[in-house]
Amino acid sequence: MKGIAVSTTVNGDAVEYVCHGRETLLDVLRNHLGLTGAKEGCGTGDCGACSVTLDGELVCSCLVLGAEVEGRTVETIEGMADGDKLHPLQKRFLDGAALQCGICTPGFLIAAKALLDRNNNPSESEIRYALAGNLCRCTGYDKIVRAVSAAAGDMRRQQKAQARRRATR
Amino acid sequence: MASFDVMPDIQLYQPVELDDALSLAERYGDGGWVLGGGQDTYGWLKDRAKNPQAMIDLSGIDSLRGIRTTDDGIEIGATTTLREIIRDERINRDFSLLAQAAGRVASPQIRNVGTLGGNLSQDTRCWYYRRGLACYRAGGNLCYADGPESMNREHAVLGASRCVAVSPSDTATAMVALEAMMVVASASGVRSIAAEDFFVGPATHITQMTALEPGEILTAVRIPSKWAGQRFYFEKVADRDVWDFALVSIAVAMRLEGDSIAESRFVCGGVACTPHRLKNVESAARGNSLSEASADAIAPLASAGAIPLNYNHFKLPLMENLVRRAMRG
Repeated sequence: MKGIAVSTTVNGDAVEYVCHGRETLLDVLRNHLGLTGAKEGCGTGDCGACSVTLDGELVCSCLVLGAEVEGRTVETIEGMADGDKLHPLQKRFLDGAALQCGICTPGFLIAAKALLDRNNNPSESEIRYALAGNLCRCTGYDKIVRAVSAAAGDMRRQQKAQARRRATR
Repeated sequence: MASFDVMPDIQLYQPVELDDALSLAERYGDGGWVLGGGQDTYGWLKDRAKNPQAMIDLSGIDSLRGIRTTDDGIEIGATTTLREIIRDERINRDFSLLAQAAGRVASPQIRNVGTLGGNLSQDTRCWYYRRGLACYRAGGNLCYADGPESMNREHAVLGASRCVAVSPSDTATAMVALEAMMVVASASGVRSIAAEDFFVGPATHITQMTALEPGEILTAVRIPSKWAGQRFYFEKVADRDVWDFALVSIAVAMRLEGDSIAESRFVCGGVACTPHRLKNVESAARGNSLSEASADAIAPLASAGAIPLNYNHFKLPLMENLVRRAMRG
């Protein structure tokens, strides 16, 4: 069967690959592009461990075909840190021990970032609503919710500081 | 039956014109799988519980996506995502019932990709059927969910006929309440079907959940202005507040004249193979006001005619209480 050639953008880089029609975006990320941060948990959309964003919207990469992302923009956990500098969410997850085994963590970080990019001051129930598609069997969720809330505060302070710097320039 | 966890070798078509999708659907017939957002597709294929020869992906067809104004209401393209419906200003203003129902589907990830057409035409969640057993719905001559040992807590209390599966769609109840029309295309033309007739029970067609025949594609849903801005009530009861399917849900549209109900549509999900209209509740509600007293008087009618299975008696008081809450005002 013939392969399907796809041009897309992953974490800001132009990427081209050839995939089979049956391959999911998760298969492509892990097997063709070597980006193994997104995990396959259930393969049916229950667990969210494979979460990535597609044009800024949170999706399960196990339920999107690799052939469907032609011309679109994919962001994965590998693109979250700025070089060695961790994203406030990553830092708060580490500081607050918002993980134990870690297999759900890339998905939670991506889901939390998708929320904070839209709403930088979410309430606890907004955080829980936005993370409802991600399962964690270790933490009991509380530490995750607190870490996201703290990271939102960090991001608001960063944004304020940036605005001040721009104003004084 | 083993779960294989990987997709089978299957041909993928990505047409960009509706006509091409329709001719592929005609060519493959029931061997063609029409793909919307795919959120309920890949589980079937990975489990080998359904084995189509080809997937016809509608996501590249621009004309099937978006929310448009019509002469009398709105038209929503079949591949419009649930997220787009939830965030649409006009739907939130005029048909908030649909926005609420769409907002209770599955998880954020699934709503971001899942389409209206896919949510409406998804197959049942009956786990015996989904496991690939040769039951009535799969063309066999047995119902595994309706025996003395069967686990049928989530199955039907109304409209069963050999098969006791229920409709899992949250948006389907809203569509029946809003008197939507389904626009269905095939290579030989276009027909439109009232939402109430689009969903079919086992007595009508035991292997299908909808009136869609092989070769047909649901292209759009038209919602008439009749119920725009009226009073709505939606509630979904599930074991888990997110991701889970409804045990019982209710979608209600009511037109009030002064304090009294002039006309209403009460539709329950999760109780029958189709969205189930509570016609006796609708006629009893006429002329009543929204109050505790009328809620108490009318609620017991909700479960009339229901026949519970071994493990789903609880659905009867749930139906009654959802009507009670809708009537309280």
